[in-house]
Amino acid sequence: MALDSKIPAGPLAEKWTKHKFNIKLVNPANKRKYDVIVVGTGLAGASAAASLAELGYNVKSFCYQDSPRRAHSIAAQGGINAAKNYPNDGDSIFRLFYDTIKGGDYRSREANVYRLAEVSNNIIDQCVAQGVPFAREYGGLLDNRSFGGAQVSRTFYARGQTGQQLLLGAYSALSRQIAKGKVELFPRTEMLDVVIIEGKARGIVVRDLVTGKISSHSAHAVLLATGGYGNVFYLSTNAMGANATAAWRAHKKGAYFANPCFTQIHPTCIPVSGDHQSKLTLMSESLRNDGRIWVPKKAMPGLTAKEAVSIPEEERDYYLERRYPAFGNLVPRDVASRNAKMVCDEGRGVGATGQAVFLDFADAIKRLGEDVIRDKYGNLFDMYRQIQGDNPYEVPMMIYPAVHYTMGGLWVDYNLMTTIDGLYALGECNFSDHGANRLGASALMQGLADGYFVIPYTIGDYLAGMAYDKVPTDHEAFRQAEDEVKEKINKLLRVNGDKTVDEFHKELGKVMWDYVGMARNEEGLKIAKEKIREIRESFWQNVKVLGDNEEMNLSLEKAGRVADFLELAELMVDDARDRKESCGGHFREESQTEEGEAKRIDDQYSYVAAWKYQGEGREEALEKETLEFENVKLTQRSYK
Amino acid sequence: MNLTLHIWRQKNSTDKGGFKAYEVSNISPDMSFLEMIDVLNEELTHKGEDPVHFDHDCREGICGTCSMVINGRPHGPKQAITTCQLHMRSFNDGDDITIEPWRAKAFPVVKDLIVDRSAFDRIIQAGGYVSINTGGAPDANEIPIPKRIADEAMDAAACIGCGACVAACKNASAMLFTSAKISQLALLPQGNTERHSRVEKMIWQMEEEGFGACTNTGACEAECPKEISLVHIARVHREYMAAKVSSHNV
Repeated sequence: MALDSKIPAGPLAEKWTKHKFNIKLVNPANKRKYDVIVVGTGLAGASAAASLAELGYNVKSFCYQDSPRRAHSIAAQGGINAAKNYPNDGDSIFRLFYDTIKGGDYRSREANVYRLAEVSNNIIDQCVAQGVPFAREYGGLLDNRSFGGAQVSRTFYARGQTGQQLLLGAYSALSRQIAKGKVELFPRTEMLDVVIIEGKARGIVVRDLVTGKISSHSAHAVLLATGGYGNVFYLSTNAMGANATAAWRAHKKGAYFANPCFTQIHPTCIPVSGDHQSKLTLMSESLRNDGRIWVPKKAMPGLTAKEAVSIPEEERDYYLERRYPAFGNLVPRDVASRNAKMVCDEGRGVGATGQAVFLDFADAIKRLGEDVIRDKYGNLFDMYRQIQGDNPYEVPMMIYPAVHYTMGGLWVDYNLMTTIDGLYALGECNFSDHGANRLGASALMQGLADGYFVIPYTIGDYLAGMAYDKVPTDHEAFRQAEDEVKEKINKLLRVNGDKTVDEFHKELGKVMWDYVGMARNEEGLKIAKEKIREIRESFWQNVKVLGDNEEMNLSLEKAGRVADFLELAELMVDDARDRKESCGGHFREESQTEEGEAKRIDDQYSYVAAWKYQGEGREEALEKETLEFENVKLTQRSYK
Repeated sequence: MNLTLHIWRQKNSTDKGGFKAYEVSNISPDMSFLEMIDVLNEELTHKGEDPVHFDHDCREGICGTCSMVINGRPHGPKQAITTCQLHMRSFNDGDDITIEPWRAKAFPVVKDLIVDRSAFDRIIQAGGYVSINTGGAPDANEIPIPKRIADEAMDAAACIGCGACVAACKNASAMLFTSAKISQLALLPQGNTERHSRVEKMIWQMEEEGFGACTNTGACEAECPKEISLVHIARVHREYMAAKVSSHNV
């Protein structure tokens, strides 16, 4: 199958408007004849479910959490970008588009990114109308701040809880439709398969996480808004339950998976403290405005934050300021992360594990006073103290990079449809807008753009060509999918080995972090592939899952998700091996400039790598979607 | 450090349930409270015993999923944090720690420490929104809001819906949770159109769910991980009175 991205013809700025006019519509009175399934209730899922229900479609909404309000979008701290140009500093839709394309290291589609920038302003209007309490100036108008990768202030925010407030806005819109009976909600329910009939996605199979009951739901279209796969690394800033199962099972049913090796490692997270660590906590990028990053010039193993205070200036290496005098501590995320790894690999890392660098506010406190720093970062300092036990007003913070976001995901066309007819992917779950590196405050923008302003239009084009007939859930295809799901669960329960699910997951995470993390090379990737296969084999022989299916069973839930991670991990390795260039978050050691910076190879790798599942135990097939750049000039990023 | 845990075990909603004691050893003070239970669960799994079921997700204090009463206090001994933000350095070697689920009629136990908080969702469904559809919103800066008002609305909106307020209240009242949403929307011009019907519907739903009455003891505010203020309850009393004297819902 040749990949057709369905990008409309015509000038960039007119594509979306023309497309909206050209695509088919469903008559208002006929919308109620169509059923739509939405899996996931984060920003993309909740906004899509609410908006489609408002239009008149019958929506079923699913989430694994106990309430739709708890989806992990809620944890986003910093803000949401929009091209409003309220600060009068020269922002425009084109500039937001350009920054996003460049920030993504020229590995995303121009048309998709332009549309994202175009609808960004509608998002802010919509959220304000819902009652989202964005930060304001004394005059009563909205406040903006600046973020990495941009030279204008375009980030709207609600204290350090922007994701929470936007999600609660979408959740309230969703709640209103639930009250009206237009959305039926299924919390604590996990999607385990997509059902395809005559080439079209016609429903899903789910497990009730309280009773264990396996059941089917039928619809005319299925939307996946199930987030990213960062938890393949075991330790990440993702929620504990965040998983790739829905997307992965759709992939095995025929949806191509695009750019799986594109993962974002965020530079400022609280470091790992020991083997017991279950997840990592992000400290907002904004800290790099005033904090200075350093390690000692000579290795000082075990150096603590308290001891650091007495290290004289001439023995400190402010390595970002030294290597990147123009951007200093404010280089983009991928560059900051790689440099932290580099100094730790040299043995100059600090703290008990040697896997940390200092983020020091002493100079800023001397210059601005403790009160100003408290005003700006008080909640983050408190959070740090809570977790780490150190007081960052007195001693430097210790930070280290951690897995944060996945730019790769299910391949979608301009309409957000996957390679399976009627199956859509929204938000972090798809691959489309961030290329090889996502800019700060752009994830919230993309999730809400897809849900509020893209899918309500593009789904009509598909449904208008569908018959109203519903497929009953006792149809053969549903039965078969249910049987497969049940068999997989029983297989997990039957193993009864001697290692827990978490033990396997940690083992996988370590391999991924060591070989498919911040720096990758051919030899390491080969080792990773072998090791992942060994772990996977061992998993199916030795995993210990207690209890049975017909009850609430947390280890069974986890086992299913880890089994899928063990397959996805191998595809990430294959993709990283195929892409022998460095770009954005994907750093191939073989492809670097003389100064050790990432080197893109545009004439060979200017494509989206879309992978097609070929069956159990078989290598996946690669199809390439060539990226055309008509409106931006490709340049090597430099932050010197 | 070494600890003795007394944990509420209950197989499902119909089981009677009871406390069971567990010893855990070699606990690092750097572990979070939930990581300490992870350690216990790994041990239990190896022994072939059902691990302790508890709700948790983001583990950074914002999703509102984790929900444990620790030594009689929702989210444990420290103020203004959730269970997932509590670290073992707040405890001492040799401590006995009692861990229970939220206790409230409106929050039935699902399993062990997990309760059903869907009553909160239904309170929001009763009116915790501004009734606008996607599209057609005016430009965001056409609705100026004084900073003071926006900040106070944000104070209320910071609620994470965890239910600690209900667990802390001797009447298991959901007044703090309900008032936080009503107050947020009552403060903002966007919420003005529906302010009267909203407070009536949400309070009615709250009572319908079986939460107790508010007697202003302030336990909810003291235990709230996000420090939501009683001021919002006071505002809701005024909103409710105003709604009742002008009510169309008779």
